[in-house]
Amino acid sequence: MTGPAAVRPVLEMRGITKTFPGVTALREVNLTVRPGEVHAVCGENGAGKSTLMKVLSGVHPHGSYDGEIRFEGEPVAFRDIRASERHGIVIIHQELALVPHLSIAENIFLGNERAARGLIDWNETLRRAGTLLKRVGLRENPQTPVADLGVGKQQLVEIAKALAKEVKLLILDEPTAALNDEDSAALLGLILELRDQGVASIIISHKLNEIRRVADSVTILRDGRTIETLAVRGTAGAEPRLSEDRLIRGMVGRDLDQRFPDRTPYGGEDAGHVALSVRGWTVRHPVDHQRTVVDDVSLTVRRGEIVGVAGLMGAGRTELAMSLFGRSYGIHVAGTVEVGGREVVTRTVPAAIDAGLAYVTEDRKTYGLNLIDDINRNISLPSLPGMRRRGVVDEHHERRVAERYRTTMNIKAPTVFEQVGRLSGGNQQKVVLSKWIHADPEVLILDEPTRGIDVGAKYEIYTVVDRLAAQGKAVLFISSELPELLGMCDRIYTMAEGRLTGEVARADATQEVLMRQMTLNRS
Amino acid sequence: MTTTTTPPRPQPPAAPAQPSAAALLLNGVRGNMRQYGMLIALVFIVVLFQIWTDGTLLLPNNVSNLIQQNGYILILAMGMMIVIIAGHIDLSVGSVVAFVGAMSAVMMVRHDMPWVLALTLSLLIGAVAGAWQGFFIAYVGIPSFIVTLAGMLLFRGLTQIVLEGQSIAPFPDGFQNIAKGFIPEMGPYTQYHNPTLLLGLVAVVFLLWREWRDRRRQLAHELDVPPFGLWALKCTAVTAAVVAFTLTLASFHGVPVVMLIMCALLIGLGYVMRNAVIGRHVYALGGNKAAAKLSGVKDKRVTFLVFVNMGVLAALAGCVYAARLNAGTPQAGLNFELEAIAASFIGGASMSGGVGTVMGAVIGGLVLGVLNNGMSLVGIGTDYQQVIKGLVLLAAVGFDVWNKRRAGK
Repeated sequence: MTGPAAVRPVLEMRGITKTFPGVTALREVNLTVRPGEVHAVCGENGAGKSTLMKVLSGVHPHGSYDGEIRFEGEPVAFRDIRASERHGIVIIHQELALVPHLSIAENIFLGNERAARGLIDWNETLRRAGTLLKRVGLRENPQTPVADLGVGKQQLVEIAKALAKEVKLLILDEPTAALNDEDSAALLGLILELRDQGVASIIISHKLNEIRRVADSVTILRDGRTIETLAVRGTAGAEPRLSEDRLIRGMVGRDLDQRFPDRTPYGGEDAGHVALSVRGWTVRHPVDHQRTVVDDVSLTVRRGEIVGVAGLMGAGRTELAMSLFGRSYGIHVAGTVEVGGREVVTRTVPAAIDAGLAYVTEDRKTYGLNLIDDINRNISLPSLPGMRRRGVVDEHHERRVAERYRTTMNIKAPTVFEQVGRLSGGNQQKVVLSKWIHADPEVLILDEPTRGIDVGAKYEIYTVVDRLAAQGKAVLFISSELPELLGMCDRIYTMAEGRLTGEVARADATQEVLMRQMTLNRS
Repeated sequence: MTTTTTPPRPQPPAAPAQPSAAALLLNGVRGNMRQYGMLIALVFIVVLFQIWTDGTLLLPNNVSNLIQQNGYILILAMGMMIVIIAGHIDLSVGSVVAFVGAMSAVMMVRHDMPWVLALTLSLLIGAVAGAWQGFFIAYVGIPSFIVTLAGMLLFRGLTQIVLEGQSIAPFPDGFQNIAKGFIPEMGPYTQYHNPTLLLGLVAVVFLLWREWRDRRRQLAHELDVPPFGLWALKCTAVTAAVVAFTLTLASFHGVPVVMLIMCALLIGLGYVMRNAVIGRHVYALGGNKAAAKLSGVKDKRVTFLVFVNMGVLAALAGCVYAARLNAGTPQAGLNFELEAIAASFIGGASMSGGVGTVMGAVIGGLVLGVLNNGMSLVGIGTDYQQVIKGLVLLAAVGFDVWNKRRAGK
């Protein structure tokens, strides 16, 4: 590592390896945080940042990983989150862990109550809460329910909660992802203030300008390995020396080590005709109506074409896809959609399906499958009306369809009556794909179709996607894996903060070009 | 682009392994473990009380009595099962039973309405009651527990208002026959009830024909079927059971009217839940609402219709119960919702929805019914009966939870 190594580090993680069944999430990762510094951890989606923080905070307990963690010079072995908190390591997740109907003060001391003999000392609670709120710069009555605060202020309550636990190392996972510019600036300012008071922080962020603004050093992870640790600035408070380009190079320098099947171009007469055309698509957040999640997006996909959508977490890709598919996400949706040159109104999912759209979700367990039902019935669900004979579902036809997909998609299960919840991730994904292929749409929106599945199954999914394009389907391919997009797509759009930030043809696309456009932000 | 490491070898699509007959059977049984388990438990309970009561339990008149005693609970249980499969609950059915019974009494006794018309209007009232609750649950989004808890109070109150706190009686004979009547005897004198024998024959022929047709179609589609021996055994067992039951009923007054109603509902609702698109949508909605919505299931409409169906069935049960009592009374249907819910869970429903069959609800209801009847015959007091029924419910669901956890390992 660079920088003065004379001071004893507050945290040293050495040779951390963490495996899940089938995947190695972290491989020999090292991370060193010096006292009183803000240390950024960055990398692509799936690089292993969150897993590393879960190892550090005890969510993955000692013994479930290999390697050593030393905190303030002492080796530590955390059994759970409480153990790491006792040492002063507090993690603040992206999804805030506050109880909305309890007051600020109650939330700050939740699990850490100011009490004597089992009874809460309310005077002490309120007094200390007031002090802590002053420290984080939040001017609110400690008795206000948390639900009445905006996300930005809730974030500050989380930090106050951490301070109440005598925090020595604060971990912030994407702290500004849900904040507006003003709240972000306030939060980053607070992190710097705490640093000056001696609290070290680890901040996970995709926003490169933010890293340059607050971090003293940065560790880059890629594919579960430590790539490098760089100093952002010479001395604390000095102007940053590290450029965004240098960061991007570290983040994307991945080898293109996956092979992709050869494409057969679509040879139909209507090849090249626009199948999907979206104009001025704008979507507001379903709860926070002020936030624009998808901002004036316009795109086209032609028949037989695979078009990628690249973007980091929170860029609005899934929100775009789900709002297109029957307005399944967001409110105040505006814009027009044309399928095959005709404008369609897809206010409901059945209308979207009728219009020829299909959406294969990124979260197959929550949105894609009925896990307690079998392969047979999962595949037929969207197509049931078409499987009717004399008004009722023709079970034999249904089963024959399921058997066909089990064979052609190579779904590994003894029978089509196997419960979907018992299948592996790759096989579950094949069931979701089968379900939507059988619905016979014109346009398929695939949202992270290879997330969480092994390399062999990925190749099979790629083959299926290529085959669909060869049949003249239009495919919109959302992915966080840049090599996958480069290997599969004819064109790639990039998104950041809800807007399209670029469109690159396959020939011109490199990981660096895409990452630069994915990390563009307004401020 | 560079290719550095060895590319994954795409696996040749292996011919799907032919599952063995045992695997097929096991798969079928495992999927319906609780229902098969409860069928076995039902047989066990019947045998137990048959011995304990020195053969009284299965005497023809007691079997008839058992069916008529439990008819309305079974009707409610079938509707409740569908509600629970959809991921909801209905606490109001007992009050709807009372309200509809009261309305039918008012129509027939106070206003001298012909009973067929009154019955039709009663079912319509049930549909409206169901639609009222379904509207708040499906379209307004109030949890079904709250809406039907409110309905429980509301319809009980309306019952008392309509009846002015009094019982109204008596009903015309035609109406009473719904609960107490049997299908009429006809033809020459045999030792048995002729139409019942005929119905039994029709049932056997129909069941065997259906089995044969399913098997033939499956073979035609080149799907896996259980081996012939096993299939023949199943057919024999079904035939034997139907014949024995038919002879029992036929040696008394024949088939009770309420049993005809129940069988029609069982076949009709079972068919809808298994084969109709809306039935499948109910399962999908209960299994994973978000996924079902994203697959084009009209969740609101389906939920609404499930409650309308429950309302109609509750109204039917209300008429049957009123006809059996021969009065509309303010206290009718008390705790019926709990019996129906218990029957559903004993019969294989899951608290989180998505699981269960209409047949399961009937089996669950029969387990409770035979327990009631058998324990009364051997002279166990209602106090102990409640304790035992509570323990049976706990044991049935507990066994299922345990079984699932074991399967998950």
